[in-house]
Amino acid sequence: MRGATHAKWAALAVAVALTATACGGGDDGGGGGADGIVSSSWGDPQNPLEPANTNEVQGGKVLSMIFRGLKQYDPKTGEALNMLAENIETTDSTNFTIVVKDGWTFSNGEKVTAKSFVDAWNYGAHLKNNQKNASFFGQIEGYDQVHPESGEATAETMSGLKVVNDTTFTVKLTQKFSTWPETLGYAAFAPLPSTFFSDHDAWLSKPVGNGPYTVDSYAKGSQMELKRWDGYPGNDKAQNGGVTLKVYTDNNTAYTDLTAGNLDLVDDVPASQLKNVQADLGDRYINTPAGIIQTLGFPFYDPAWNKPGQEKLRQGLSMAINRQQITETIFQKTRTPAVDWTSPVLGEEGGFSELCGDFCEYNADEAKKLVAEGGGIPGGTMTISYNADTGSHKEWVDAVCNSINNALGNNRACVGNPIGTFADFRSQVSTQKMKGPFRAGWQMDYPLIQNFLQPLYYTNASSNDGKWSNQDFDRLVNQANAESDTAKAVETFQQAEEVLRDDMGAIPLWYQNGSAGYSERISDVTLNPFSVPVYNEIKVS
Amino acid sequence: MGRYVIRRLLQMIPVFIGATLLIFLMVNVMGDPIAGLCGDRACDPATAAQLEKEFGLDKPVWQQYLIYMGNLFTGDFGTAFNGQPVTELMASAFPVTIRLTIVAILFEIVIGISLGVLTGLKRGRPVDTTVLLLTLVVLSVPTFVTGLLLQLLLGVEWGWIKPAVSSDAPFNELIVPGLVLASVSLAYVTRLTRTSIAENKRADYVRTAVAKGLPRQRVITRHLLRNSLIPVVTFIGADIGALMGGAIVTERIFNIHGVGYQLYQGIVRQNTQTVVGFVTVLVIVFLVANLLVDLLYAVLDPRIRYA
Repeated sequence: MRGATHAKWAALAVAVALTATACGGGDDGGGGGADGIVSSSWGDPQNPLEPANTNEVQGGKVLSMIFRGLKQYDPKTGEALNMLAENIETTDSTNFTIVVKDGWTFSNGEKVTAKSFVDAWNYGAHLKNNQKNASFFGQIEGYDQVHPESGEATAETMSGLKVVNDTTFTVKLTQKFSTWPETLGYAAFAPLPSTFFSDHDAWLSKPVGNGPYTVDSYAKGSQMELKRWDGYPGNDKAQNGGVTLKVYTDNNTAYTDLTAGNLDLVDDVPASQLKNVQADLGDRYINTPAGIIQTLGFPFYDPAWNKPGQEKLRQGLSMAINRQQITETIFQKTRTPAVDWTSPVLGEEGGFSELCGDFCEYNADEAKKLVAEGGGIPGGTMTISYNADTGSHKEWVDAVCNSINNALGNNRACVGNPIGTFADFRSQVSTQKMKGPFRAGWQMDYPLIQNFLQPLYYTNASSNDGKWSNQDFDRLVNQANAESDTAKAVETFQQAEEVLRDDMGAIPLWYQNGSAGYSERISDVTLNPFSVPVYNEIKVS
Repeated sequence: MGRYVIRRLLQMIPVFIGATLLIFLMVNVMGDPIAGLCGDRACDPATAAQLEKEFGLDKPVWQQYLIYMGNLFTGDFGTAFNGQPVTELMASAFPVTIRLTIVAILFEIVIGISLGVLTGLKRGRPVDTTVLLLTLVVLSVPTFVTGLLLQLLLGVEWGWIKPAVSSDAPFNELIVPGLVLASVSLAYVTRLTRTSIAENKRADYVRTAVAKGLPRQRVITRHLLRNSLIPVVTFIGADIGALMGGAIVTERIFNIHGVGYQLYQGIVRQNTQTVVGFVTVLVIVFLVANLLVDLLYAVLDPRIRYA
């Protein structure tokens, strides 16, 4: 009797084991030459893969391969060039007429028309679709109705978007924004095929776009295989047969796999390997500036940190930070000391200049003087808050505090304040709970000086976490946006930046570089200004 | 026997509720998960509110818990932040981790018990001392050190294995990670078996068996080993749950997309649904494994009966 029962248990155990062992075979695909497949490291995208819902690098990588928008940013200069746009015309910087090039299709054969854009943008903006990039459509007239700040949407589509004919549509903005067409290279503005709306789940499990690659297979959380789309009409055709994106649990493992010859491309060299990277890879290691700046924000909503004259305190603190030393010793030169509030990828013409001047140079004596003139650190001790779970922020925050303490000759001037998770850190920052300076970072959405200033420092702007507010700054930004001459607009933005500097609304720390390493199998590897590899140019030998 | 099983199953209910409630509270204490979803920029308030509603985060925690438990009985484990149902994540993660656990347990049973029997029978001899020393080394070196070392030596330097396991994670690629995962428990199993064997060697029933003139082989396997295995089986049974949950380190090192990886992601992203879902299943695995161990006692020692 007992024996029979045990047999049952055993059978159950065997059954579990058998289902668990059902496995498939995998192959690397491959061959060399123009049909060779590039294998690249990847991270699990945080959000569903939709153009208007992807705001981090991992999902952005895929979008950069399977989508082309009206504009495309030049991978070297960052300049916004027409892609699907035949032309974009405006006379008043408010009303735009956009003509879409003929002859473009999605990889499923459907034509890319004006409607593909208008539908996609209306979808991205509508509150019910929970798109995290919805605010990118915020300048279009009628956004308030489809995406009110509270309550239900009162319209299905934005009144500012109108389809004229198959290839033409018009856009009306709520205010003048002369450089608006240059924002259209951002992934959120990509066109979408009708299958996206008719069978959304199927689209999500295998996205269809109009870029140089098509999704061949997608195993969520582990791997995506992209193949070159031979019918791609653009002039930036893929130079390889395809790209396999492999999700790695840890970028150290990806790097190990690269050195063992099992992986072609790692676009995030882990900090712990930077010492070995020269010996391991030699000139197959890339370290170039990207459109990312790291800053220290201040809680201007806290009365202790918002007194008249305190700009001297902030300027003093800025001068107490030895950027050169920290970027060299802690970041192994994968950061570049900041000299303004934008990024070197903009270039001089785009508005990058050494505006910060002496305030970004280490000068202990001057720092001490300015801090004293600014009334000293509120309460005598300040904390720098950061999230401790990712990005090894502890090291540099401690170094910054050390530098400040040394410069001020006061061991209690500054201490780090770790916060457990990124989500908790973000929720404290965005609900104005900071008691002292906090780490802030900004990755540009499009290479425009406007993108480095307005979302971060304009009064009550979406990412103005410190609630810094300055009327002169706001006025100059409005003026710059209304300026139809690009060079003049950039100049006016720089004037606004000077206002930001004089009040030291945030301390610029350093620009982050994109770092990548690749195998001997592939060549022509570069990173674009967003620090994403330019996949379509990679050649397989 | 039947009543015993039913009683044990009923006991699981409060344990299950308590464990899930604890996890639920712990994850919720960590703050607002939606804030982390939008990266270094603030979510616009309307979208954030909408997302909170969708994931049920706008209600008080006790209500969230009740709703969650209610859904659980219909097999609905909720949705992860990337839009995938948690059950789908489980369907991809658990088979991988179960395979890894099977490899680890096999190592524990085959190597651990054989070494234990060997050293237990030859107590005090050089082979015993050597194995004891070796197990001491294994016990004192942390898993991530062993893992990274083996990965570097076997994967990069000598090229015997691939340093990263592919997404299918077939058995042959899991041998080294399984060994790493098993290493510490393996050392315990060896030591447990050794002590138990050495102790029972002098028991009356072994002496009787020898006196009866049974062959040595039979004395060892049928009489000595079978009785000595009771503490070992207890340990291995409890270890099944520990291995599945504790695979985070090993899975991270060898790029295995199993339970440990999903749990890690869930915790970093503060995704209540993922974390609670996976832990719930792990709790069940743990409880069932313990029940199986208790039932196995009777096979090993017929004197043990269940009422």
